[in-house]
Amino acid sequence: MTRSRAAVLVALALLLAGALASSLFVGSAEHATREIVLGIRLPRALLAALVGAGLATAGALLQALLQNPLADPYVLGISGGAALGGVAALALGGGLWLGSAAVPIVAFAGALGASLLLYAIAAAGGRAPAHSLLLTGVVFNAFASSLIVFATSAADLARVAGVFLWLIGSIRMVEPALLAAVAALLALGLAIALRFAYALNLIAQGDETASQLGVDVPAARRWILAGTALMIGASVSVSGLIGFVGLIVPHLLRLSFGSDHRLLVPASALGGAAFLVVADTLARVVLAPTELPVGALTALVGGPLFLVLLRRDLARMPAA
Amino acid sequence: MSAALVEARGLAHAFGATPVLRGVDVALSPGKMLVVLGPNGAGKTTLLRALSGVLRPHAGEVTLDGVAIAARTRREVARRLAVVPQESAMPFPFSVREMVALGRAPFLGPLGRESADDVARTDAALAALDLAALAGRAYPTLSGGEKRRVLLARALAQGVDTWLLDEPTAHMDLGHGLYCFEWLRGWLAAAPGRGILLVTHDLVLAARFADELLLLERGAVAARGTPADVLTAERIAAVYGVEARVERDPAGGIIVSPLRAIR
Repeated sequence: MTRSRAAVLVALALLLAGALASSLFVGSAEHATREIVLGIRLPRALLAALVGAGLATAGALLQALLQNPLADPYVLGISGGAALGGVAALALGGGLWLGSAAVPIVAFAGALGASLLLYAIAAAGGRAPAHSLLLTGVVFNAFASSLIVFATSAADLARVAGVFLWLIGSIRMVEPALLAAVAALLALGLAIALRFAYALNLIAQGDETASQLGVDVPAARRWILAGTALMIGASVSVSGLIGFVGLIVPHLLRLSFGSDHRLLVPASALGGAAFLVVADTLARVVLAPTELPVGALTALVGGPLFLVLLRRDLARMPAA
Repeated sequence: MSAALVEARGLAHAFGATPVLRGVDVALSPGKMLVVLGPNGAGKTTLLRALSGVLRPHAGEVTLDGVAIAARTRREVARRLAVVPQESAMPFPFSVREMVALGRAPFLGPLGRESADDVARTDAALAALDLAALAGRAYPTLSGGEKRRVLLARALAQGVDTWLLDEPTAHMDLGHGLYCFEWLRGWLAAAPGRGILLVTHDLVLAARFADELLLLERGAVAARGTPADVLTAERIAAVYGVEARVERDPAGGIIVSPLRAIR
Protein backbone atom coordinates (compact mmCIF):
# COMPACT_ATOMS: atom_id res chain seq x y z
CA MET A 1 0.00 0.00 0.00
CA THR A 2 1.41 3.34 -0.99
CA ARG A 3 1.62 6.14 1.51
CA SER A 4 -0.87 8.35 -0.31
CA ARG A 5 -3.40 5.51 -0.42
CA ALA A 6 -3.00 4.96 3.31
CA ALA A 7 -3.38 8.69 3.95
CA VAL A 8 -6.70 8.81 2.08
CA LEU A 9 -8.04 5.86 4.06
CA VAL A 10 -6.94 7.36 7.38
CA ALA A 11 -8.63 10.63 6.46
CA LEU A 12 -11.86 8.81 5.56
CA ALA A 13 -11.71 6.82 8.80
CA LEU A 14 -11.39 10.09 10.73
CA LEU A 15 -14.34 11.49 8.78
CA LEU A 16 -16.39 8.43 9.77
CA ALA A 17 -15.35 8.79 13.41
CA GLY A 18 -16.35 12.45 13.32
CA ALA A 19 -19.72 11.61 11.74
CA LEU A 20 -20.39 8.95 14.38
CA ALA A 21 -19.38 11.25 17.23
CA SER A 22 -21.46 14.18 16.04
CA SER A 23 -24.51 11.99 15.46
CA LEU A 24 -24.45 11.19 19.18
CA PHE A 25 -24.90 14.83 20.15
CA VAL A 26 -27.57 15.78 17.66
CA GLY A 27 -31.23 15.03 18.19
CA SER A 28 -34.67 16.18 19.16
CA ALA A 29 -34.42 15.35 22.88
CA GLU A 30 -33.75 18.56 24.77
CA HIS A 31 -31.59 16.94 27.37
CA ALA A 32 -29.97 13.90 25.91
CA THR A 33 -29.56 11.39 28.69
CA ARG A 34 -26.87 8.78 28.76
CA GLU A 35 -29.57 6.29 27.90
CA ILE A 36 -30.60 8.15 24.77
CA VAL A 37 -27.02 8.64 23.59
CA LEU A 38 -25.67 5.15 24.22
CA GLY A 39 -28.87 3.13 24.07
CA ILE A 40 -30.56 4.68 21.07
CA ARG A 41 -28.32 7.01 19.06
CA LEU A 42 -25.13 4.93 19.14
CA PRO A 43 -26.63 1.64 17.91
CA ARG A 44 -28.56 3.50 15.27
CA ALA A 45 -25.45 5.34 14.06
CA LEU A 46 -23.50 2.08 13.94
CA LEU A 47 -26.25 0.44 11.93
CA ALA A 48 -26.29 3.38 9.52
CA ALA A 49 -22.53 3.00 9.14
CA LEU A 50 -22.84 -0.72 8.32
CA VAL A 51 -25.62 -0.18 5.79
CA GLY A 52 -23.81 2.75 4.14
CA ALA A 53 -20.59 0.76 3.86
CA GLY A 54 -22.41 -2.17 2.30
CA LEU A 55 -24.40 -0.17 -0.25
CA ALA A 56 -21.50 2.06 -1.34
CA THR A 57 -19.04 -0.82 -1.71
CA ALA A 58 -21.59 -2.88 -3.62
CA GLY A 59 -22.13 0.09 -5.93
CA ALA A 60 -18.40 0.41 -6.65
CA LEU A 61 -18.19 -3.33 -7.44
CA LEU A 62 -21.22 -3.33 -9.71
CA GLN A 63 -19.96 -0.28 -11.61
CA ALA A 64 -16.67 -1.98 -12.45
CA LEU A 65 -18.28 -5.33 -13.19
CA LEU A 66 -20.82 -3.80 -15.57
CA GLN A 67 -18.33 -1.19 -16.85
CA ASN A 68 -20.93 1.44 -16.17
CA PRO A 69 -20.69 4.24 -13.57
CA LEU A 70 -24.51 4.38 -13.39
CA ALA A 71 -24.76 1.01 -11.66
CA ASP A 72 -26.32 1.22 -8.20
CA PRO A 73 -27.89 -1.58 -6.14
CA TYR A 74 -31.19 0.30 -5.94
CA VAL A 75 -31.39 1.49 -9.54
CA LEU A 76 -30.53 -1.97 -10.86
CA GLY A 77 -33.27 -3.62 -8.83
CA ILE A 78 -30.86 -5.74 -6.79
CA SER A 79 -31.95 -4.02 -3.59
CA GLY A 80 -35.53 -4.76 -4.67
CA GLY A 81 -34.67 -8.44 -4.95
CA ALA A 82 -33.12 -8.32 -1.48
CA ALA A 83 -36.15 -6.57 -0.01
CA LEU A 84 -38.40 -9.14 -1.60
CA GLY A 85 -36.32 -11.86 0.03
CA GLY A 86 -36.47 -10.08 3.38
CA VAL A 87 -40.24 -9.64 3.23
CA ALA A 88 -40.67 -13.26 2.17
CA ALA A 89 -38.65 -14.39 5.18
CA LEU A 90 -40.82 -12.26 7.47
CA ALA A 91 -44.02 -13.39 5.79
CA LEU A 92 -43.04 -17.01 6.33
CA GLY A 93 -42.91 -16.16 10.00
CA GLY A 94 -39.37 -14.91 10.40
CA GLY A 95 -39.22 -18.20 12.21
CA LEU A 96 -37.18 -20.10 9.71
CA TRP A 97 -34.71 -22.16 11.64
CA LEU A 98 -32.40 -19.21 12.27
CA GLY A 99 -35.01 -16.86 13.69
CA SER A 100 -34.57 -13.24 12.71
CA ALA A 101 -31.05 -13.96 11.46
CA ALA A 102 -32.77 -15.71 8.55
CA VAL A 103 -33.96 -12.37 7.19
CA PRO A 104 -30.58 -11.11 5.87
CA ILE A 105 -29.73 -14.58 4.56
CA VAL A 106 -32.93 -14.84 2.54
CA ALA A 107 -32.42 -11.20 1.47
CA PHE A 108 -28.96 -12.25 0.22
CA ALA A 109 -30.60 -14.99 -1.84
CA GLY A 110 -33.03 -12.42 -3.25
CA ALA A 111 -30.18 -10.05 -4.14
CA LEU A 112 -28.23 -12.87 -5.79
CA GLY A 113 -31.27 -13.91 -7.82
CA ALA A 114 -31.84 -10.34 -8.98
CA SER A 115 -28.14 -9.91 -9.92
CA LEU A 116 -28.10 -13.10 -11.95
CA LEU A 117 -31.29 -12.09 -13.72
CA LEU A 118 -29.84 -8.66 -14.45
CA TYR A 119 -26.64 -10.19 -15.74
CA ALA A 120 -28.46 -12.67 -17.94
CA ILE A 121 -30.74 -10.04 -19.48
CA ALA A 122 -28.81 -6.80 -19.63
CA ALA A 123 -25.13 -7.63 -19.63
CA ALA A 124 -24.83 -10.75 -21.74
CA GLY A 125 -22.07 -9.31 -23.91
CA GLY A 126 -19.77 -7.96 -21.18
CA ARG A 127 -20.19 -4.22 -21.04
CA ALA A 128 -23.79 -3.44 -20.23
CA PRO A 129 -25.31 -0.58 -22.19
CA ALA A 130 -27.00 1.95 -19.91
CA HIS A 131 -30.44 1.60 -21.40
CA SER A 132 -30.70 -2.16 -21.04
CA LEU A 133 -29.41 -1.99 -17.45
CA LEU A 134 -31.84 0.72 -16.51
CA LEU A 135 -34.85 -0.86 -18.17
CA THR A 136 -34.16 -4.17 -16.51
CA GLY A 137 -33.73 -2.45 -13.16
CA VAL A 138 -36.86 -0.33 -13.48
CA VAL A 139 -39.03 -3.28 -14.45
CA PHE A 140 -37.59 -5.54 -11.80
CA ASN A 141 -38.06 -2.84 -9.15
CA ALA A 142 -41.72 -2.41 -10.07
CA PHE A 143 -42.20 -6.16 -10.04
CA ALA A 144 -40.45 -6.61 -6.69
CA SER A 145 -42.34 -3.68 -5.14
CA SER A 146 -45.70 -5.11 -6.10
CA LEU A 147 -44.72 -8.52 -4.75
CA ILE A 148 -43.57 -6.86 -1.51
CA VAL A 149 -46.93 -5.11 -1.14
CA PHE A 150 -48.72 -8.35 -2.01
CA ALA A 151 -46.70 -10.45 0.44
CA THR A 152 -47.04 -7.97 3.32
CA SER A 153 -50.80 -7.74 2.74
CA ALA A 154 -51.31 -11.47 2.40
CA ALA A 155 -49.23 -12.26 5.48
CA ASP A 156 -51.03 -9.58 7.50
CA LEU A 157 -47.84 -7.64 8.05
CA ALA A 158 -49.75 -4.86 6.38
CA ARG A 159 -49.39 -2.20 8.93
CA VAL A 160 -48.94 0.51 6.33
CA ALA A 161 -45.80 1.88 7.93
CA GLY A 162 -44.16 -1.54 7.62
CA VAL A 163 -44.56 -1.68 3.86
CA PHE A 164 -43.67 1.94 3.54
CA LEU A 165 -40.42 1.44 5.41
CA TRP A 166 -39.39 -1.43 3.14
CA LEU A 167 -40.05 0.61 0.03
CA ILE A 168 -38.47 3.87 1.25
CA GLY A 169 -35.54 2.80 3.31
CA SER A 170 -34.83 3.98 6.81
CA ILE A 171 -32.53 3.10 9.67
CA ARG A 172 -34.44 1.72 12.62
CA MET A 173 -33.64 -0.23 15.71
CA VAL A 174 -33.16 -3.95 15.28
CA GLU A 175 -32.63 -6.78 17.71
CA PRO A 176 -29.06 -7.85 18.51
CA ALA A 177 -29.26 -11.26 16.80
CA LEU A 178 -30.26 -9.60 13.55
CA LEU A 179 -27.58 -6.96 13.90
CA ALA A 180 -24.94 -9.64 14.43
CA ALA A 181 -26.07 -11.58 11.36
CA VAL A 182 -25.98 -8.40 9.29
CA ALA A 183 -22.49 -7.50 10.50
CA ALA A 184 -21.20 -11.00 9.74
CA LEU A 185 -22.59 -11.06 6.18
CA LEU A 186 -21.29 -7.56 5.53
CA ALA A 187 -17.83 -8.48 6.77
CA LEU A 188 -17.79 -11.48 4.45
CA GLY A 189 -18.92 -9.35 1.51
CA LEU A 190 -16.30 -6.71 2.26
CA ALA A 191 -13.56 -9.33 2.48
CA ILE A 192 -14.52 -10.60 -0.98
CA ALA A 193 -14.60 -7.02 -2.28
CA LEU A 194 -11.08 -6.33 -1.00
CA ARG A 195 -9.74 -9.62 -2.36
CA PHE A 196 -11.00 -8.75 -5.86
CA ALA A 197 -10.30 -5.00 -5.74
CA TYR A 198 -7.28 -5.24 -8.06
CA ALA A 199 -9.06 -7.61 -10.43
CA LEU A 200 -11.78 -4.95 -10.73
CA ASN A 201 -9.22 -2.58 -12.28
CA LEU A 202 -8.80 -5.15 -15.04
CA ILE A 203 -12.45 -6.12 -15.35
CA ALA A 204 -13.32 -2.43 -15.73
CA GLN A 205 -11.31 -2.55 -19.00
CA GLY A 206 -13.76 -5.07 -20.45
CA ASP A 207 -14.04 -8.81 -20.09
CA GLU A 208 -11.76 -9.70 -23.01
CA THR A 209 -8.98 -7.33 -21.99
CA ALA A 210 -9.19 -8.57 -18.39
CA SER A 211 -8.92 -12.13 -19.65
CA GLN A 212 -5.96 -11.23 -21.90
CA LEU A 213 -4.24 -9.70 -18.87
CA GLY A 214 -4.57 -12.92 -16.90
CA VAL A 215 -7.89 -12.68 -15.04
CA ASP A 216 -10.12 -15.75 -14.85
CA VAL A 217 -13.13 -13.56 -15.60
CA PRO A 218 -15.99 -16.05 -15.05
CA ALA A 219 -14.61 -17.05 -11.64
CA ALA A 220 -13.95 -13.46 -10.61
CA ARG A 221 -17.43 -12.44 -11.74
CA ARG A 222 -19.05 -15.18 -9.65
CA TRP A 223 -17.17 -14.07 -6.54
CA ILE A 224 -17.89 -10.40 -7.10
CA LEU A 225 -21.60 -11.00 -7.68
CA ALA A 226 -21.72 -13.11 -4.52
CA GLY A 227 -19.92 -10.38 -2.57
CA THR A 228 -22.26 -7.65 -3.78
CA ALA A 229 -25.32 -9.78 -3.04
CA LEU A 230 -24.01 -10.41 0.50
CA MET A 231 -23.52 -6.71 1.15
CA ILE A 232 -26.81 -5.67 -0.44
CA GLY A 233 -28.81 -8.44 1.24
CA ALA A 234 -27.36 -7.59 4.64
CA SER A 235 -27.93 -3.85 4.20
CA VAL A 236 -31.44 -4.06 2.80
CA SER A 237 -32.65 -6.58 5.38
CA VAL A 238 -32.31 -3.95 8.11
CA SER A 239 -32.93 -0.76 6.19
CA GLY A 240 -35.26 -1.43 3.28
CA LEU A 241 -34.66 0.31 -0.03
CA ILE A 242 -32.19 3.16 0.46
CA GLY A 243 -31.35 4.41 -3.00
CA PHE A 244 -28.34 5.98 -4.66
CA VAL A 245 -25.75 5.56 -1.86
CA GLY A 246 -23.92 3.16 -4.16
CA LEU A 247 -24.01 5.78 -6.90
CA ILE A 248 -23.13 8.95 -4.98
CA VAL A 249 -20.28 7.72 -2.81
CA PRO A 250 -18.08 5.93 -5.40
CA HIS A 251 -18.69 8.79 -7.83
CA LEU A 252 -17.44 11.43 -5.38
CA LEU A 253 -14.49 9.26 -4.38
CA ARG A 254 -13.52 8.63 -8.00
CA LEU A 255 -13.61 12.36 -8.69
CA SER A 256 -11.35 13.01 -5.71
CA PHE A 257 -8.96 10.06 -5.68
CA GLY A 258 -9.16 8.36 -9.08
CA SER A 259 -10.38 4.99 -10.28
CA ASP A 260 -7.89 2.52 -8.75
CA HIS A 261 -10.12 -0.01 -6.99
CA ARG A 262 -7.36 -0.96 -4.55
CA LEU A 263 -8.19 2.44 -3.04
CA LEU A 264 -11.75 2.91 -4.27
CA VAL A 265 -13.14 -0.25 -2.63
CA PRO A 266 -11.99 0.38 0.96
CA ALA A 267 -12.61 4.12 0.49
CA SER A 268 -16.19 3.38 -0.58
CA ALA A 269 -16.72 1.29 2.57
CA LEU A 270 -15.48 4.10 4.84
CA GLY A 271 -17.00 6.92 2.81
CA GLY A 272 -20.35 5.14 2.46
CA ALA A 273 -20.45 4.56 6.20
CA ALA A 274 -19.73 8.23 6.94
CA PHE A 275 -22.21 9.39 4.28
CA LEU A 276 -25.13 7.38 5.63
CA VAL A 277 -24.39 8.30 9.27
CA VAL A 278 -24.55 11.98 8.31
CA ALA A 279 -27.63 11.46 6.13
CA ASP A 280 -29.43 9.55 8.86
CA THR A 281 -28.57 12.20 11.45
CA LEU A 282 -30.01 14.84 9.12
CA ALA A 283 -33.09 12.69 8.53
CA ARG A 284 -33.64 12.62 12.30
CA VAL A 285 -33.34 16.36 12.82
CA VAL A 286 -34.38 18.40 9.76
CA LEU A 287 -38.11 18.00 10.45
CA ALA A 288 -37.80 17.16 14.17
CA PRO A 289 -39.74 15.85 15.94
CA THR A 290 -40.90 14.09 12.76
CA GLU A 291 -38.30 11.72 11.33
CA LEU A 292 -37.74 11.50 7.60
CA PRO A 293 -36.92 8.09 6.15
CA VAL A 294 -33.25 8.44 5.18
CA GLY A 295 -34.04 6.88 1.80
CA ALA A 296 -36.00 10.02 0.92
CA LEU A 297 -32.94 12.14 1.65
CA THR A 298 -30.49 10.01 -0.34
CA ALA A 299 -32.85 9.97 -3.32
CA LEU A 300 -33.06 13.75 -3.12
CA VAL A 301 -29.30 13.98 -3.66
CA GLY A 302 -28.89 10.87 -5.79
CA GLY A 303 -31.67 11.43 -8.29
CA PRO A 304 -30.21 14.59 -9.87
CA LEU A 305 -26.68 13.15 -9.83
CA PHE A 306 -27.97 10.04 -11.56
CA LEU A 307 -29.53 12.14 -14.32
CA VAL A 308 -26.27 14.06 -14.85
CA LEU A 309 -24.32 10.80 -15.16
CA LEU A 310 -26.96 9.30 -17.43
CA ARG A 311 -26.75 12.26 -19.77
CA ARG A 312 -22.98 11.88 -19.92
CA ASP A 313 -23.24 8.14 -20.55
CA LEU A 314 -25.76 8.55 -23.35
CA ALA A 315 -23.61 11.24 -24.94
CA ARG A 316 -20.67 8.84 -25.00
CA MET A 317 -22.51 5.75 -26.18
CA PRO A 318 -25.11 6.54 -28.83
CA ALA A 319 -27.96 4.06 -28.50
CA ALA A 320 -27.35 1.13 -30.81
CA MET B 1 13.40 -23.14 -38.49
CA SER B 2 12.66 -22.63 -34.83
CA ALA B 3 9.33 -23.48 -33.21
CA ALA B 4 6.42 -21.08 -33.63
CA LEU B 5 5.58 -18.61 -30.87
CA VAL B 6 1.89 -18.95 -31.50
CA GLU B 7 0.34 -21.36 -33.95
CA ALA B 8 -3.15 -22.35 -35.05
CA ARG B 9 -4.12 -25.48 -36.95
CA GLY B 10 -7.45 -26.07 -38.66
CA LEU B 11 -9.31 -23.25 -36.93
CA ALA B 12 -13.02 -23.26 -37.66
CA HIS B 13 -15.70 -21.17 -36.05
CA ALA B 14 -19.20 -19.94 -36.76
CA PHE B 15 -21.52 -17.35 -35.24
CA GLY B 16 -24.90 -19.00 -35.49
CA ALA B 17 -25.15 -20.47 -38.95
CA THR B 18 -22.57 -18.08 -40.42
CA PRO B 19 -19.08 -19.58 -40.69
CA VAL B 20 -16.40 -16.99 -39.86
CA LEU B 21 -13.30 -19.20 -39.90
CA ARG B 22 -12.98 -22.20 -42.19
CA GLY B 23 -9.89 -24.30 -41.61
CA VAL B 24 -7.30 -21.58 -40.99
CA ASP B 25 -3.68 -22.52 -40.31
CA VAL B 26 -1.23 -19.87 -39.18
CA ALA B 27 2.13 -19.84 -37.41
CA LEU B 28 4.10 -16.88 -36.10
CA SER B 29 7.85 -17.53 -36.08
CA PRO B 30 10.35 -15.72 -33.85
CA GLY B 31 11.74 -12.53 -35.38
CA LYS B 32 8.82 -12.10 -37.76
CA MET B 33 6.05 -9.63 -38.35
CA LEU B 34 3.07 -11.52 -39.72
CA VAL B 35 0.25 -9.36 -41.04
CA VAL B 36 -3.27 -10.68 -41.50
CA LEU B 37 -5.21 -9.00 -44.29
CA GLY B 38 -8.68 -9.41 -45.64
CA PRO B 39 -11.85 -7.51 -46.48
CA ASN B 40 -14.46 -6.69 -43.83
CA GLY B 41 -15.98 -9.86 -42.45
CA ALA B 42 -13.09 -12.07 -43.55
CA GLY B 43 -12.59 -13.34 -39.99
CA LYS B 44 -9.50 -11.34 -39.00
CA THR B 45 -10.70 -10.22 -35.58
CA THR B 46 -12.17 -13.65 -34.82
CA LEU B 47 -8.80 -15.19 -35.68
CA LEU B 48 -7.09 -12.78 -33.30
CA ARG B 49 -9.53 -13.62 -30.51
CA ALA B 50 -8.97 -17.32 -31.04
CA LEU B 51 -5.19 -16.85 -31.04
CA SER B 52 -5.36 -15.03 -27.69
CA GLY B 53 -7.55 -17.76 -26.25
CA VAL B 54 -10.57 -15.62 -25.38
CA LEU B 55 -12.58 -17.34 -28.08
CA ARG B 56 -12.70 -21.13 -28.03
CA PRO B 57 -12.96 -22.19 -31.69
CA HIS B 58 -15.44 -24.89 -32.68
CA ALA B 59 -12.64 -26.86 -34.31
CA GLY B 60 -8.88 -26.70 -34.46
CA GLU B 61 -6.23 -25.92 -31.90
CA VAL B 62 -4.09 -22.95 -30.88
CA THR B 63 -0.71 -23.54 -29.29
CA LEU B 64 1.33 -20.93 -27.46
CA ASP B 65 5.03 -21.72 -27.08
CA GLY B 66 4.20 -25.31 -28.02
CA VAL B 67 1.44 -25.89 -25.43
CA ALA B 68 -2.28 -25.84 -26.18
CA ILE B 69 -3.60 -22.44 -25.16
CA ALA B 70 -6.77 -24.03 -23.80
CA ALA B 71 -4.59 -26.04 -21.39
CA ARG B 72 -2.95 -22.94 -19.97
CA THR B 73 -4.46 -20.68 -17.31
CA ARG B 74 -5.29 -17.14 -18.38
CA ARG B 75 -2.42 -15.97 -16.22
CA GLU B 76 0.09 -18.26 -17.96
CA VAL B 77 -1.12 -16.99 -21.33
CA ALA B 78 -0.78 -13.36 -20.20
CA ARG B 79 2.80 -14.03 -19.09
CA ARG B 80 3.69 -14.97 -22.68
CA LEU B 81 1.32 -13.06 -24.93
CA ALA B 82 0.27 -9.40 -25.10
CA VAL B 83 -2.81 -8.21 -26.96
CA VAL B 84 -3.15 -4.62 -28.14
CA PRO B 85 -6.86 -4.08 -28.77
CA GLN B 86 -8.53 -1.36 -30.74
CA GLU B 87 -9.35 1.46 -28.36
CA SER B 88 -12.58 0.84 -26.54
CA ALA B 89 -14.99 2.94 -24.52
CA MET B 90 -13.57 3.42 -21.01
CA PRO B 91 -16.15 4.93 -18.69
CA PHE B 92 -13.81 5.40 -15.71
CA PRO B 93 -11.10 8.07 -15.41
CA PHE B 94 -8.11 5.76 -14.93
CA SER B 95 -4.88 7.70 -15.30
CA VAL B 96 -2.46 6.96 -18.13
CA ARG B 97 0.01 5.57 -15.61
CA GLU B 98 -2.63 3.26 -14.09
CA MET B 99 -3.57 1.99 -17.55
CA VAL B 100 0.04 1.22 -18.48
CA ALA B 101 0.74 -0.37 -15.07
CA LEU B 102 -2.00 -2.93 -15.77
CA GLY B 103 0.47 -4.60 -18.12
CA ARG B 104 2.18 -5.92 -14.97
CA ALA B 105 -1.04 -7.60 -13.78
CA PRO B 106 -0.08 -11.14 -14.88
CA PHE B 107 2.98 -10.95 -12.63
CA LEU B 108 1.36 -9.51 -9.49
CA GLY B 109 -0.25 -11.24 -6.54
CA PRO B 110 -4.02 -11.20 -6.10
CA LEU B 111 -4.00 -7.89 -4.23
CA GLY B 112 -1.98 -6.21 -6.98
CA ARG B 113 0.99 -5.07 -4.91
CA GLU B 114 3.65 -3.69 -7.27
CA SER B 115 7.37 -4.26 -6.68
CA ALA B 116 10.06 -1.70 -7.46
CA ASP B 117 10.74 -3.70 -10.63
CA ASP B 118 7.09 -3.43 -11.71
CA VAL B 119 7.17 0.33 -11.16
CA ALA B 120 10.45 0.63 -13.11
CA ARG B 121 9.04 -1.34 -16.05
CA THR B 122 5.94 0.87 -16.07
CA ASP B 123 8.11 4.00 -16.04
CA ALA B 124 10.24 2.64 -18.87
CA ALA B 125 7.19 1.82 -20.98
CA LEU B 126 5.76 5.31 -20.42
CA ALA B 127 9.07 6.85 -21.46
CA ALA B 128 9.46 4.60 -24.51
CA LEU B 129 6.15 5.79 -25.93
CA ASP B 130 6.69 9.41 -24.99
CA LEU B 131 3.89 9.32 -22.43
CA ALA B 132 5.74 10.49 -19.32
CA ALA B 133 4.26 13.96 -19.58
CA LEU B 134 0.75 12.49 -19.86
CA ALA B 135 1.13 9.99 -17.00
CA GLY B 136 -1.29 11.82 -14.72
CA ARG B 137 -3.92 12.52 -17.37
CA ALA B 138 -7.24 10.65 -17.34
CA TYR B 139 -7.25 8.08 -20.16
CA PRO B 140 -10.74 8.97 -21.48
CA THR B 141 -9.62 12.57 -22.12
CA LEU B 142 -6.84 11.51 -24.54
CA SER B 143 -7.00 11.69 -28.34
CA GLY B 144 -7.34 8.48 -30.34
CA GLY B 145 -3.65 8.42 -31.21
CA GLU B 146 -2.62 8.98 -27.59
CA LYS B 147 -4.87 6.13 -26.48
CA ARG B 148 -3.11 3.85 -29.00
CA ARG B 149 0.22 4.75 -27.48
CA VAL B 150 -1.10 3.96 -24.01
CA LEU B 151 -2.22 0.50 -25.13
CA LEU B 152 1.16 -0.11 -26.81
CA ALA B 153 2.90 1.01 -23.62
CA ARG B 154 0.76 -1.42 -21.63
CA ALA B 155 1.97 -4.28 -23.87
CA LEU B 156 5.53 -3.04 -23.47
CA ALA B 157 5.18 -3.00 -19.67
CA GLN B 158 3.91 -6.57 -19.88
CA GLY B 159 7.38 -7.44 -21.13
CA VAL B 160 6.43 -10.53 -23.19
CA ASP B 161 7.82 -11.58 -26.56
CA THR B 162 4.67 -12.29 -28.54
CA TRP B 163 2.31 -9.47 -29.50
CA LEU B 164 -1.07 -9.59 -31.20
CA LEU B 165 -2.41 -6.25 -32.45
CA ASP B 166 -5.87 -5.44 -33.78
CA GLU B 167 -5.69 -2.71 -36.42
CA PRO B 168 -2.99 -0.66 -34.68
CA THR B 169 -3.13 2.13 -37.27
CA ALA B 170 -6.90 2.50 -37.63
CA HIS B 171 -7.83 6.22 -37.63
CA MET B 172 -4.17 7.26 -37.67
CA ASP B 173 -2.96 9.80 -40.19
CA LEU B 174 -0.22 8.95 -42.69
CA GLY B 175 2.68 10.01 -40.48
CA HIS B 176 1.45 8.32 -37.32
CA GLY B 177 0.62 5.13 -39.21
CA LEU B 178 4.11 4.91 -40.69
CA TYR B 179 5.69 5.74 -37.37
CA CYS B 180 3.66 3.05 -35.63
CA PHE B 181 4.94 0.36 -38.02
CA GLU B 182 8.50 1.66 -37.78
CA TRP B 183 8.24 1.57 -34.01
CA LEU B 184 6.94 -2.01 -34.09
CA ARG B 185 9.81 -3.08 -36.39
CA GLY B 186 12.20 -1.44 -33.96
CA TRP B 187 10.72 -3.35 -31.02
CA LEU B 188 10.88 -6.58 -33.01
CA ALA B 189 14.55 -6.11 -33.90
CA ALA B 190 15.62 -5.04 -30.41
CA ALA B 191 15.76 -8.58 -29.02
CA PRO B 192 15.75 -12.10 -30.49
CA GLY B 193 12.73 -14.33 -30.06
CA ARG B 194 10.12 -11.61 -30.46
CA GLY B 195 7.19 -11.86 -32.84
CA ILE B 196 4.29 -9.69 -33.97
CA LEU B 197 1.03 -10.80 -35.52
CA LEU B 198 -1.23 -7.96 -36.50
CA VAL B 199 -4.46 -7.41 -38.31
CA THR B 200 -4.86 -4.43 -40.59
CA HIS B 201 -6.86 -3.02 -43.48
CA ASP B 202 -3.87 -1.07 -44.73
CA LEU B 203 -2.40 -2.91 -47.71
CA VAL B 204 0.11 -0.16 -48.34
CA LEU B 205 1.71 -0.41 -44.90
CA ALA B 206 1.39 -4.20 -44.83
CA ALA B 207 3.25 -4.50 -48.14
CA ARG B 208 5.94 -2.19 -46.86
CA PHE B 209 6.58 -3.67 -43.40
CA ALA B 210 5.41 -7.30 -43.16
CA ASP B 211 7.72 -10.32 -43.32
CA GLU B 212 4.78 -12.58 -44.08
CA LEU B 213 1.20 -12.00 -45.08
CA LEU B 214 -1.88 -14.09 -44.52
CA LEU B 215 -4.78 -13.08 -46.73
CA LEU B 216 -8.20 -14.17 -45.49
CA GLU B 217 -11.31 -14.24 -47.60
CA ARG B 218 -14.67 -15.25 -46.12
CA GLY B 219 -13.00 -17.16 -43.30
CA ALA B 220 -10.54 -19.14 -45.40
CA VAL B 221 -6.91 -18.55 -46.34
CA ALA B 222 -6.81 -17.03 -49.84
CA ALA B 223 -3.03 -16.69 -49.94
CA ARG B 224 0.03 -16.67 -47.73
CA GLY B 225 3.70 -15.82 -48.16
CA THR B 226 5.85 -12.75 -48.65
CA PRO B 227 4.15 -9.49 -49.65
CA ALA B 228 5.40 -9.99 -53.21
CA ASP B 229 3.86 -13.49 -53.31
CA VAL B 230 0.51 -12.47 -51.89
CA LEU B 231 -0.19 -8.97 -53.12
CA THR B 232 -0.41 -9.35 -56.86
CA ALA B 233 -2.64 -7.01 -58.82
CA GLU B 234 -4.84 -9.97 -59.84
CA ARG B 235 -5.38 -11.13 -56.28
CA ILE B 236 -6.12 -7.64 -54.94
CA ALA B 237 -8.73 -7.31 -57.69
CA ALA B 238 -10.23 -10.73 -56.90
CA VAL B 239 -10.36 -10.36 -53.09
CA TYR B 240 -10.94 -6.65 -52.57
CA GLY B 241 -12.53 -5.64 -55.85
CA VAL B 242 -9.87 -2.98 -56.23
CA GLU B 243 -7.64 -2.16 -59.16
CA ALA B 244 -4.12 -1.61 -57.82
CA ARG B 245 -0.68 -1.02 -59.22
CA VAL B 246 2.00 -3.22 -57.67
CA GLU B 247 5.61 -2.21 -58.31
CA ARG B 248 8.98 -3.49 -57.23
CA ASP B 249 10.56 -1.17 -54.71
CA PRO B 250 14.18 -0.50 -55.81
CA ALA B 251 15.06 -0.64 -52.10
CA GLY B 252 13.52 -4.14 -51.84
CA GLY B 253 9.98 -5.36 -51.42
CA ILE B 254 6.94 -4.02 -53.21
CA ILE B 255 4.86 -0.88 -53.32
CA VAL B 256 1.09 -1.21 -53.57
CA SER B 257 -0.94 1.70 -54.91
CA PRO B 258 -4.73 1.19 -54.79
CA LEU B 259 -6.29 2.99 -57.78
CA ARG B 260 -10.04 2.41 -58.00
CA ALA B 261 -12.87 0.14 -56.94
CA ILE B 262 -14.06 -2.28 -59.61
CA ARG B 263 -17.48 -3.74 -58.92
